[in-house]
Amino acid sequence: MSLSVSPVYLGREKPDSGEQAERLSTSGVPDAPETGTNRDHLITEAFSVFYGANEAVRKVSMTIRAGHVTAIIGPSGCGKSTFLRAINRMNDLIPSCYTKGRMVFDECDIYSPQIDVVYLRKRIGMVFQKPNPFPKTIFDNVAYGPRLHGIKNRGQLVELVEKCLRQAILWDEVKDRLDENALGLSGGQQQRLCLARALAVNPEILLMDEPTSALDPRATTHIEDLIATLKGDYTILIVTHNMQQAARVSDHTAFFYEGDLIEMGDTKDLFTNPVEQKTEEYITGRFG
Amino acid sequence: MRRSTRKLLDRSFTAYGFFSIGLMAAALLIILVPVFARGIGAFIFTETVENRRLNLEKFNRGNPEKIMREIERSQEFRRPIYERIARFEEEIRHMDPQARREYRRALTDLKRALSHLLGPVPGEPTPVLWRLQYGQTRWDRAKIKLHEVLFIQEWDYSDPDRMGVKVYRRRSEEFAGTSLYDLFDDLEKNVRDILQPRLTIYWRFLFDRSFDAHFFGGIWPEILGTFYLALGAMVFAIPLGIIAAIYLTEYARQDLFTSLLRSSISTLAGVPSIVFGLFGLAFFINTIGVSQSKSVLAGSLTLALLILPTVIRASEEAIRAVPQTYKEAALSLGAGKWFTVMTVLLPAALPGILTGIVISMGRAVGETAPIIFTAAVSVGRPLKLWQTFSQPTPALPWNIYNLSTEHEAVDEIRHVQYGMVLTLVSLVLVLNLAAIILRARVSRKLKG
Ligand SMILES: Nc1ncnc2c1ncn2[C@@H]1O[C@H](COP(=O)(O)OP(=O)(O)OP(=O)(O)O)[C@@H](O)[C@H]1O
Ligand SMILES: [Mg+2]
Repeated sequence: MSLSVSPVYLGREKPDSGEQAERLSTSGVPDAPETGTNRDHLITEAFSVFYGANEAVRKVSMTIRAGHVTAIIGPSGCGKSTFLRAINRMNDLIPSCYTKGRMVFDECDIYSPQIDVVYLRKRIGMVFQKPNPFPKTIFDNVAYGPRLHGIKNRGQLVELVEKCLRQAILWDEVKDRLDENALGLSGGQQQRLCLARALAVNPEILLMDEPTSALDPRATTHIEDLIATLKGDYTILIVTHNMQQAARVSDHTAFFYEGDLIEMGDTKDLFTNPVEQKTEEYITGRFG
Repeated sequence: MRRSTRKLLDRSFTAYGFFSIGLMAAALLIILVPVFARGIGAFIFTETVENRRLNLEKFNRGNPEKIMREIERSQEFRRPIYERIARFEEEIRHMDPQARREYRRALTDLKRALSHLLGPVPGEPTPVLWRLQYGQTRWDRAKIKLHEVLFIQEWDYSDPDRMGVKVYRRRSEEFAGTSLYDLFDDLEKNVRDILQPRLTIYWRFLFDRSFDAHFFGGIWPEILGTFYLALGAMVFAIPLGIIAAIYLTEYARQDLFTSLLRSSISTLAGVPSIVFGLFGLAFFINTIGVSQSKSVLAGSLTLALLILPTVIRASEEAIRAVPQTYKEAALSLGAGKWFTVMTVLLPAALPGILTGIVISMGRAVGETAPIIFTAAVSVGRPLKLWQTFSQPTPALPWNIYNLSTEHEAVDEIRHVQYGMVLTLVSLVLVLNLAAIILRARVSRKLKG
């Protein structure tokens, strides 16, 4: 892969519409990016994350394909969450946390100082391990992002909320109670609501950190089905402890161990023919 | 640990907890019951015909015909008294100078005591002060004044080893053997017909301004003043406090300077309020001159400073207590810091912030020391809003202190003082109740 790019330019390319691409920051020269679902959407190069002196993610280099689902697996404490949260710079919240190496999203280094983090996060959405809807109404939860990004028109909002709730396969369950507090929903519904909320800002990459670990099997199936329908439109990274889940939903799988990326490949290959000894031990359940 | 030891420990802790809670409840009762029992006397009391006359003449309240009839009836019983006194005055003219002098002195004393009970003797010029224009308006006070008419209080110093002892002597003895001797028994017998005591409810106590240095009328200027002061303090302290709390939790770098700042704020919360009062005088009035002298504005600013630490601390705690996950959710949707604070953190922290605000409001309502030098006067009219920028005001806490210590006739207006205490305590209780309800409602809305 080539990383000869430096213009700090990012845009959700819409070559057909001819719409002018948006820029992540004011500096840099706009340059039409490559298009197509098979391009590399996210590239890391010797990317490390530190908590103080503790190197939680160690020199990881990987490539995430646009429109694909990539699963990240590994034993507890191996740095999966840390890595995922580094992608939309959620780790900025932790004072002791800093990074080394490069993380390139749409041809631009996420950690370059010119980056507008807020805008980056709009384009890289996230669903958390524990469902975390706002203590607001269901409608307001989904409408939060669109409102934030300037949609004021009520009709437009209603339409968008419905669309996202349908996308998250939640619409039928909540259409009569949009004005109720979201905390009154079940855990599985809350998680789908969070997904709808993330979808409503129309991100390009969706990060999911163990999105089903707090859910029962039925709700888990729901979410997995959802991931299948979102594939193609969104680039999805999902952290999971559930090997079956990784096998079911993902195209590619990355195996982390103690901060290192041990192996990454097509899900089918990795699960049937792991190259590394560690990977094999892990997926056959000998540790972790 | 053995099971029996564990049980014993649990038991003793429970007992100890019950004991301390019981102690607190008892203390509260011991304070509140008398406050209520006495304070209610400002609102519900036995009035005399003098009170009805005053209400009619000064406030145009009551049924004129009925009251005139009552006054007429009262006069029927008073007239003989005054006539007998006049006759006696005539009699002593013919006595020898020595007796004349003594009787005249005794008579002057009697007339003074009588005027305290019944008002000025007919025919004398009308005094300026209301309290001298009328007799006792309250039956409880009237009974005391009656006693003063019937008895002369003297100090007995006969035993040199002990302090003087109060002794009472019948005033009638002064007039033994004269035509006035029977007057006292008659007065005692007829006093109910003269004053016609009757239970009354004076709910206007809350909404009347005071007259003649709190002898009459209500406490509206005090209530309004308290209200202005607390409201003003809130207007200054709430925005400042919340913004400071947001800064401390969300924007400040968590370094030495910030922790220093934090401990300074905690220290400020412990500074005695009189120091704030003096600072308010020195800074707001003397240095920057927000007003020429005492004013509601200066008092509000001083109170705001006093409660600011509390508001900051409470808001800070409340914001800190908001689950990090809310914040992460907002940020992950592309919200900036300010937007996150305004749309997620503050709404979720609202119950806690509100509690802090209401608690500090209770404090602002009740504080005396900060307003002594900056805002409070002992009597005043109710202020218009725009007057609060330049004029001082009476206020409940200060006037309670004032009426119980510095008033010219503390004993005569105890009921006003107790009424103020009851009002103030009720105000604080109502505020706290409002806080509880508000908090419950807001958190119910948040919880869904
Ligand atoms: N806020 C933090 N401050 C300091 N160290 C942290 C912090 N969060 C995580 N770590 C450390 O970083 C390492 C990786 O943690 P991380 O949460 O990424 O693991 P994980 O793979 O997501 O584990 P799990 O599967 O249990 O969620 C761990 O050693 C952990 O102790
Ligand atoms: Mg994790």
